[in-house]
Amino acid sequence: MGSSDSVIIMETSTENPSVTVIPPTPLQLVNPLALFRPHEPISRRAYGLTVIFSLVLLLGGWSILSYGGIVKPAYFLPTPTEVFTAAGRMIQSGELLDNAQASLIVVVAGWALAALVAVPLGILMGSLKFVEALFEPFIDFMRYLPVSALIPLLILYIGLDIKEKIAVIFLGTFFQLMLLVADVAAHVAKDLLDSAYTLGASRWHVFTTVLFPATLPGVIDALRITLGWAWTYLIVAELIAADKGLGIMIMESQRGLRTDKIFVGLLTIGLLGFLSDFLFKWLHRTLLPWSPRIR
Amino acid sequence: MNTPTMIPKLQLRDITMTFRTRRGSEVLAVDNLSLDIADREFVSIVGPSGCGKSTLLRIVAGLVQPAKGSALIDGRQITGPGADRGMVFQSYTLFPWLTVQGNIEYGLKIKHLSTAERSQTAQHYMEMVGLQDFKNSYPKELSGGMMQRVAIARALANDPEVLLMDEPFGALDAQTRAIMQELLVTIWQQTPKTIVFVTHDIDEALFLGDRVYIMTARPGRIKQVIDVQLPRPRVFEVTTEPQFVEQKRAVLNSIKEESLKAIGLSVESN
Repeated sequence: MGSSDSVIIMETSTENPSVTVIPPTPLQLVNPLALFRPHEPISRRAYGLTVIFSLVLLLGGWSILSYGGIVKPAYFLPTPTEVFTAAGRMIQSGELLDNAQASLIVVVAGWALAALVAVPLGILMGSLKFVEALFEPFIDFMRYLPVSALIPLLILYIGLDIKEKIAVIFLGTFFQLMLLVADVAAHVAKDLLDSAYTLGASRWHVFTTVLFPATLPGVIDALRITLGWAWTYLIVAELIAADKGLGIMIMESQRGLRTDKIFVGLLTIGLLGFLSDFLFKWLHRTLLPWSPRIR
Repeated sequence: MNTPTMIPKLQLRDITMTFRTRRGSEVLAVDNLSLDIADREFVSIVGPSGCGKSTLLRIVAGLVQPAKGSALIDGRQITGPGADRGMVFQSYTLFPWLTVQGNIEYGLKIKHLSTAERSQTAQHYMEMVGLQDFKNSYPKELSGGMMQRVAIARALANDPEVLLMDEPFGALDAQTRAIMQELLVTIWQQTPKTIVFVTHDIDEALFLGDRVYIMTARPGRIKQVIDVQLPRPRVFEVTTEPQFVEQKRAVLNSIKEESLKAIGLSVESN
């Protein structure tokens, strides 16, 4: 096929520079050399096939290991059939949706509250040196404290209800988000601000009409990343104390050795993360068509 | 122009500028520099890199304050940035979230002009730089030359008295740069403004300016002033004429000495 042909032609042309050979249009799909050339674009078809290959590999591996009885004891790795029947049963009984909803509310509430405060503060911290000096020492200290280490205190202060878990998510995402946003704001080019000044903008204008829009793409990315982290903190919070939620559902399934239900919980969390990622990318594309990160 | 006693448009009086290095020592960037620029004059400033020529522009723009001395416009002290002094930067400074038209209208919006007035003015300047077909494009869809054309249109739309240009064509390829220089000269003849143009390209300085100021290596001072003896309107072919070449030789000799100093070589060693 074309792949071997093109390789041979390219070799002859390098050995014999007097012969000008017009290289054929690269057949990236079948030319293995193109696949391993760094930063080389590949065709959409090649990309899509690789994605499918990856999924097949994953599902195939799972099937062989579980149906084939290779993993022992068998309950360590439930078969795809078992997991999907469990999912069906849990959806029907409402168990899955109830728990997913409970978790979702906590994650979104805690994360949104954090975003509401951290984004404006982060923009100020990244653009005003004195605000940076004011917050930096405290935040650098706080962000190295694993939020799980704060849970006992939070339970003591707030109790065991939903407010405590929202507080965990808030504290877990607030400091990270503020630093991410500050970094985005700090990287807005000084010349961009200076241009605005020379066009007659006041300091207020520069904040509202330059700094704020300039940080939007970075802020949306930071929100997307921290929402992912929020899920991690949620599970930790729920594992310690909760009556509802995906974390506690997983924990209780483990006590009954119900690995099929654990898998359903894990798949649900992964799926929710995947969907929120997708949502943010869609928002970015729709709200910020000008963003240099969108082609 | 109708006043008999002519106050220079811009006056720099004994400007001294220092900056502090990260190690804490003070470096003298501009040393006791004075110069006057007449109304509607096109002035080029050339000098080796680091001679403080961009700093001078930023002082006139009001973006930085000199350590000593003063900068005046129409005899008034410059205390901060203002819409009367537009600036075009070397880096691409279009607002990425605004379209070409939105960028050009930015300053007009701050001035609270009506939508109709804004779009009329924007239309005029888009036509002037030949980008009327791109009015709804975002900067990311434009080439470097197009972005700088919009930046010039954006500055001009504000109708400033002084236009400060800090190596605006420095990042463009040679062909695009030549086209932009011709365009700028044409625009300047249509809407005369005082232009201060900083560059390290001697051809560019001579082709554009009425007068070329040559600066010394750091600390920056005015080394020499050259009155450009080229008739206007100028087209690019003028750069190959003997008159141009002769003036270029003079500037080259003057600046070479400074460039050698700037990179740490003395003239004697040459």
